[in-house]
Amino acid sequence: MDFSFTEEQTLLRNSVQKYLADNYTFEHFKKISRTEPGWSQKDWKQFAELGLMAAPLPEAYGGLGGGPVDVMVVMEEFGKALVVEPYVSTVVVGGGFFNHGGSDAQKEEWLNKIAAGETVIAFAFAEPQGRFNFADLKTTAKKDGSGYTISGSKAVVLGAPWADALIVTARTAGGQRDAKGVSVFVVDKKAKGITTRDYPTVDGLHASEIAFENTPATLIGTADDGLKLIEQVTDEAIAAHASEAVGAMRVLVNATVEYSKTRKQFGVPIGKFQVLQHRMVDMFMNTEQSASITYMVTLKLGEGEVERKKAASAAKVQIGKAGRFVGQQAVQIHGGMGMTDELNVGHYFKRLTMLDTLYGNVDHHLKRYAELG
Amino acid sequence: MDVTFTPEEEAFRKEVQSFLAENLPKLGKTSRREFETKEDFLGWHRILAKKGWVAPHWPTQYGGTGWNVTQRYIYNEESARAEAPALLPFGLSMVGPVIFTYGNEEQKKKFLPRILSGEDWWCQGYSEPGAGSDLASLKTRAVREGDHYIVNGQKTWTTLAQYADWIFCLVRTNPDVKQQEGITFLLSDMKTPGITVKPIIVLDGAHEVNEVFFDNVKVPVENRVGEENKGWTYAKFLLVNERSGIAGVARSKKAIERLKEIARAETTDGKPLIATDEFSRKIAETEVELSALEYTELRTLAQESKGQMAGPESSILKIKGTEIQQRLTELVVEAVGYYAYPYDRFFGENEYVPGPDYAEAAAGNYFNMRKASIYGGSNEIQRGIIAKAVLGL
Repeated sequence: MDFSFTEEQTLLRNSVQKYLADNYTFEHFKKISRTEPGWSQKDWKQFAELGLMAAPLPEAYGGLGGGPVDVMVVMEEFGKALVVEPYVSTVVVGGGFFNHGGSDAQKEEWLNKIAAGETVIAFAFAEPQGRFNFADLKTTAKKDGSGYTISGSKAVVLGAPWADALIVTARTAGGQRDAKGVSVFVVDKKAKGITTRDYPTVDGLHASEIAFENTPATLIGTADDGLKLIEQVTDEAIAAHASEAVGAMRVLVNATVEYSKTRKQFGVPIGKFQVLQHRMVDMFMNTEQSASITYMVTLKLGEGEVERKKAASAAKVQIGKAGRFVGQQAVQIHGGMGMTDELNVGHYFKRLTMLDTLYGNVDHHLKRYAELG
Repeated sequence: MDVTFTPEEEAFRKEVQSFLAENLPKLGKTSRREFETKEDFLGWHRILAKKGWVAPHWPTQYGGTGWNVTQRYIYNEESARAEAPALLPFGLSMVGPVIFTYGNEEQKKKFLPRILSGEDWWCQGYSEPGAGSDLASLKTRAVREGDHYIVNGQKTWTTLAQYADWIFCLVRTNPDVKQQEGITFLLSDMKTPGITVKPIIVLDGAHEVNEVFFDNVKVPVENRVGEENKGWTYAKFLLVNERSGIAGVARSKKAIERLKEIARAETTDGKPLIATDEFSRKIAETEVELSALEYTELRTLAQESKGQMAGPESSILKIKGTEIQQRLTELVVEAVGYYAYPYDRFFGENEYVPGPDYAEAAAGNYFNMRKASIYGGSNEIQRGIIAKAVLGL
């Protein structure tokens, strides 16, 4: 039994930590997320320079041959710094689709670009009627010569305003909610027939509503059989975001404990009140439990389908509940200060709130977990 | 024991309903983004003032309606059901009652009519950077110089002070005695030289609260309510009033109706969200809690109608009321799924926000509502009050 990191992973963490501490302050987060274009290309390039994009990707395609543990390390640090750049959608989702489902030519074309930080990918899967069901699709794709064309619309595509490529899920066969008949495509963001409406999100990211009208698209993987691939890749993304959430929770626990030691009311630091001590202990335990389940899902991503799915859903449930508790209590214990835009606490709370929604909330994953037996 | 309504009370309900149906459409504003200007907040206040219904809880001699407890309950319930805008409490529910209970005749004549008419917008100068839960430790200093007090210090979390004409303040007039015994209740014109208002932006992006700075502000002694150094008594009176209004049962009932509508409109696997066990149970659980709270409030009101003042039990209303309000905003975020993401304040007043109308501001309301367990005496403080004053611990 060993939960220690390799030397490479430790070096990776140190270099991310150092870069973010020097460059990605809370003020930096506020500035870039609130001014056009809403992210920092300079930081993106630096992330690539540091090898963060290459870290989990195969060596054959420009990667460093690491895996989910490397992503976990990067994402925990990103979570601590409220990083807005679309690392998960590009490297974990985009990289994952090509790595697990792409042809050799697609891997060659895309993974090298991803590893070098030369492309930004957004994942267009959500549709208003579908809630968290990836198979509930009104967007359709039909065969057109050697390729496909896509028509329909996608909601809340995170990172899309900055993307040059979109991974799009669409129905190629079957009824609106059939598991069979779902396919995955890559679409050039500048392709014809695309209209977008870009906007900021409540947690400092940016997203787009996207409509497709006979937009040319290239299939990834096997037609009609995309759902398995989608679940595998999003389970990997869930693990990555779980680690991000743990990073955010760690900041909140530390900030709250520190605040409670300095904030005095009734002549004593509020951290002396037992009711708040126990509350902070619960925040701490929630965070540790979340860190544990993040290890679990990260280590189980390579196992059988059922094992993997259960681990991912378990992580979503634990992280969703813990994130809510830790976020709410961090605000509560900071009192009025926790309610302000000026202090970082509320921003972590908001990020944690939205991470619960992303790829399905607690209820959705409890049900998925239970149904897996 | 009887909780049915008499024919007279039912007739009164009809009267309230038809008044609301006739007058609410005149406002023409509903969404959160539309409530931005001072006039937006005051529109409904003015309509009610004209009708004479703006302060049902005031004694009739000062402009109250003379309704009994049941009528007031019916009025609140119908107003919430019709989604009438909430009235700002600072004049009507906070300083107004302090003035008619502890103020002198001149103060009553000067201030009460202007609170009723909406002419004066009041804000609350209670909290300070170092005095939140421990309010009595406040440091804003008032020193008597002839006919004036000279006030120096800082207040914070002052809601909507940017629009205020007047501020009621707790100030320290005697630093050498027990904290509670050196506090005075002062009223200041916001236009007085030396008062500066600085905005604080909160989690959902709203400019809702402010810091208010006092730099050698001259406040006439005639603006002191009651006696010097007796302000803590008036402050506590006000806080208990603030708490009893805070339960918000009628509004939470409306919010549950809204939530159900949302859960009927949202679909999951082709069926309405409300048809899923997990979500319908969450709604039901909240509704059950609210039913209990409604009867807790009715019991308090019944006591009040017998002339007994609301006691420390009003802390129950504050704690449970705000917990339910918060829970409901949380459930709306869950219900709307991905459309909780768009940042509503980015969009212009007439712009379409992505997603269904009911999703707009779902996350913003949830974030904003976290304040409810902090303000008006945090819920930890309220539990402390119950422990001490009710359970004798």
